[in-house]
Parts: sequence; structure tokens; C-alpha cells
Amino acid sequence: MAEVQIKNYTLNFGPQHPAAHGVLRMVMELDGEVVERIDPHIGLLHRGTEKLIEHKTYMQAMPYFDRLDYVAAMSQEHAFVLAAEKLLACEVPERAQYIRVLFSEISRILNHLMNVCAQAMDVGATTPMLWGFVERETLMEFYERASGARMHAAYFRVGGVHQDITEKLEEDIRAFIAHFPKVLEDIEALLTENRIFKQRNVDIGVVTDEEAMAWGFSGVMLRSTGLAWDLRKAQPYDVYAKMDFDIPVGLNGDCFDRYLMRMEEMRQSLKIMTQCLDQMKPGPVLSTDPKIAPPRRSDMKTSMEALINHFKHYTEGVRVPAGETYTAVEAPKGEFGVYLVSDGSNKPYRCKIRAPGFAHLQGMDFLTRGHMLADASAILGSLDIVFGEVDR
Amino acid sequence: MYEALKELGELIAAELSDDVVSTKIALGELIVNIRTDSVDKVLEFLRNDPNCKFEVLCDVCGVDYPNRSKRFDVVYNLLSLRHNQRIIVKTETDARTPVPSVVGLFPAANWFEREAWDMYGIMFSGHPDLRRMLTDYGFEGHPLRKDFPLTGYVELRYSEDEKRVMYEPVNLTQEFRKFDFESPWEGTQYVLPGDEKAEGQG
Repeated sequence: MAEVQIKNYTLNFGPQHPAAHGVLRMVMELDGEVVERIDPHIGLLHRGTEKLIEHKTYMQAMPYFDRLDYVAAMSQEHAFVLAAEKLLACEVPERAQYIRVLFSEISRILNHLMNVCAQAMDVGATTPMLWGFVERETLMEFYERASGARMHAAYFRVGGVHQDITEKLEEDIRAFIAHFPKVLEDIEALLTENRIFKQRNVDIGVVTDEEAMAWGFSGVMLRSTGLAWDLRKAQPYDVYAKMDFDIPVGLNGDCFDRYLMRMEEMRQSLKIMTQCLDQMKPGPVLSTDPKIAPPRRSDMKTSMEALINHFKHYTEGVRVPAGETYTAVEAPKGEFGVYLVSDGSNKPYRCKIRAPGFAHLQGMDFLTRGHMLADASAILGSLDIVFGEVDR
Repeated sequence: MYEALKELGELIAAELSDDVVSTKIALGELIVNIRTDSVDKVLEFLRNDPNCKFEVLCDVCGVDYPNRSKRFDVVYNLLSLRHNQRIIVKTETDARTPVPSVVGLFPAANWFEREAWDMYGIMFSGHPDLRRMLTDYGFEGHPLRKDFPLTGYVELRYSEDEKRVMYEPVNLTQEFRKFDFESPWEGTQYVLPGDEKAEGQG
């Protein structure tokens, strides 16, 4: 048989591709069907969030964080308000802390539902996506009932949260907690022992703990290698220190482990949510310091001072003492950090957003090397990429 | 926590006395200022020393202070999983002086440094692939610099005649409005209109 020369060729993947999870363009170098090198081109959704934030007051800057990782909006807000509160050195009422943790966990379920189901869809299973989105709708309704918006909530404020949640909402969240494990079981019944799903995910995209640390991975990507590192435990913020929950870790660091961990994390989130609802006591939900948070609407009707404060908050905003901080939270995707520099004025001098997906997508090249072309979409699915936060 | 950070700061200052300019602890975070040409040396020490073990590079970013002679800060945020500590390492540079790249130490720095180059025009020497990261192919300028206008210089539109997207100089129907809401009672620098003579009367 004559010798056949096979030439490497490059393939352009995206930016409009259903498995690209948004607008990702990847230039792939292939040897037959084996991936030799991947060069992701990002920035197609770059909106200049960091530049815009430098021109806004702290309160006006906060809603931009919903628009980063729009799948789990409130987790991002959490990082920003914690950073600003650190610079302001202000106290947050306990009820507000519980509400924030409650909604951070709702965000985590929102995110993991989306990711697990999309990962399943990337490898050919369409049913979980449909089932998952029914539950996502319920959770977004909780968002709406707390904040008024299904996605871009703008609910967490410096000094607390915007509005208190109603008793009826608490009841409905409890009802959701009771009913949701059944849905998880259903999804697991479709995927966990599914032959095709396992063939596509087991031993695909393996990460070792050294690689994960060197590449700056965090969240599920880091824990899938067996390192039990979770900022909620290691550097607890708000009331996470009072919560009793477990951190699932992986054994093999492959895509299948990451799927299993996300399923387990959702169960742990339910546990945290129950504890929040049990421990929450009535009380204020926003700092009462007029230098930090605007007054309540009812006070403005009777108090001249409150009216003046309200006006100052919504025009000038809060003057934040000069300083700098790097504050990170355990967002569903990993460590979401905000490096905030204040020069003492009413606007952030610099606000660098450290998105977990940015570091994860960077690892795409070494994760896919030597894998088949079809595995690239499975790996991308398990990385949990949302372009709002990668491109900022 | 404070004691541990203080000890760590003293240790770093003692071990790397030629490279460290200053250390301080503010808001419970350790900030180390270092000389620009020893970035790789300091980060290597921080990664390998058993008392530091800062093995995760969370973030690299630039900050612009246009009034300084060395206008940029390059900020490295490191995390130690072993000791559960964070550290902020900062160095100063200008648009001409390159900062030693740390891609060899932390592969994660690759994109972060590309982003800093893209956004601020900070150069990194020894970076394998210093291309633009987030802006468009063929973009000019460094958008996060303080002297880059928020509206930018060019805008994009689809030209029906030429059947392609094209850049044009940005055309605002209304000037970009920047309101000054800062309270005049709390330390504004400018003189209020009609208040010019107030200074002498004091």
C-alpha cells in the first residue's frame, strides 16, 4: 500500500456554534481527528464592564455584576458588595447575611442545573435540558419575587439586600427544597448510569492537582482533582461559618467526576438553604447607617433627613475610603474575585473582575490535547463557561 | 490572622531585602511592593518557599495612575492553599519598561498578562505570545487607560453598500455627559462659581 501523507489542518470552531456556549471562537489544529492544539479567541462579548464601572458610583456599578455570569447572577453581586463593604468597614444585619447566602445557593443551583443539562446536551442527551429548565424557571421566579427581576436582579446592596423577602416566599422555597431532590434523581437516572454519557465523559479531560493549581483553576475544576478547597469553608464570608455542609471532591479529575460533583453540590445547597430558612430571624435587611445605605421608603415619607439622604445616595453615592482589597467568593463556577481600588471618591478607581471561567478556558488547550475532536465539546461543557464573565 | 500575615510580611522582607520596596497590611490583606525587574524572582520564592507556598496565581491586572512618572501598577494576587493565605504583590512600571513575564512559573499568567497588555499596554518580557486578548482584531489603543475616553474613538456599523462591517470615527449626537455630583462640602478641589473671593477672606 502506498504511503499516505496526512497533513495537519486547522479547523475554525464557532463563534456561532451550539456547543460553544455562547460566542467562543476556537482555532483548532487537528491531526486527523485528534486535537493537537487549540487557540481560543475570546472577547466577542467584551463590553468594557471594568471601564464602565470606573465611571459609575458604587450603587450604579453593582448591576453590571448580574450581567457577567448571567446564569448565576447574584453570586457575582455578592463578591462586589463584600469588597465594597470591606473598604467601608460596615456591618451587615444578620438577616441580610442569611438572605444573601440563601440566594447565593439558589444561584448555585441555577448554575449547576444549567451546566449539567447543557453538558448532557453537548454529548447528545436533550431530555435533561428540558427538565432542568422547568426547575430553573421556578428558581428565577424566586429571584423575581425577591428583587423584581428574573435574571438581572440587582438585589444585593452595599450594607445588605434591597428588600426583605416575604413569608410566603420562604414557604415556597421550602416547598421547592422538598420537591427538588426528586428532580435530581430523575436527571441522575437518565445520566449517571447511561452508557453513552459515560463513554463520552469518563476519563475525558483529566486534570491533576498540580495542573489545576498551576493554571489557576478553582471551584469544581479544582475540587475534581481531590483537593477539598472551598472558599465557603476556607475563608467563610457572611454566615457560611454557621452552615453545616459537605464539600464533594472528585477522584479522577475527569468530566464525569465534575458532573457527579455538581449534582452533589446541588444537594448540599439545598441543605444550606434549609438551614438559612430555619435560622433566619426577623430584622432589618439593610444597614441603618445613613452614610452607607439609602433610607427605607417609609421613612422618606415622614423624615426630612431621610429624604436628603436618599437624594445624596442616588446622585452622589457613597464616598468610599481610599484603599484596596481583593475579595473573592465561591461562585458556582469557582473563585470569583473583585480587586477593588478606591481613591476616596464616590466612584471605584479600578475594579478588576477575576472570573473563574477565564482561567478555566485558558486550560482548554492542554485539556483537549490528544483528545478527539468530539471530546472538545464534552470538555468545554464540563468547564462551565459563560461568556458574560469570560469576556466581561 | 493578623499576626500570621505580619510574620509572613517580615519574612518576605528579610529574605528578599534587595527586591522588596515595602510591605504593609491593610484591611487584613498583605500588600508587598517590589522592584519591577525582580518580579519573577519574588514570585518564584513565594511559590517555592515552604512558609509561603503561594501556588495559585489568581489574577494579574494593571492599574493606571496617569500622574505618576511610572504610571502603571501591575498587581499579582496569589493564593496559598496550603496555608490558606492571600497576598497582593505590586510593582510599578511605565509604558516602555517591560515587566518580566511569569508564564514560566505560572502557566495561568499567560492570558492575564495578555489582558494587561491589551487593556493598558503594559509590556511583559519573555511572554510567549503577547497578542491582544479581549478587544477586536486590529484594535488600536489601550482602552482601560484613564486617558482613553469611555466612548472610544471608533464605532462599528454594517454598511449596506459595501456588504461588510466597517469602522467609522465615533459620532455622538449629544456630547457624553459627565455629571459632577460630588458634594462641595466634602473636599472638592475646584472653586465654586461666585465663590472666587472666599479664599482671601478666611
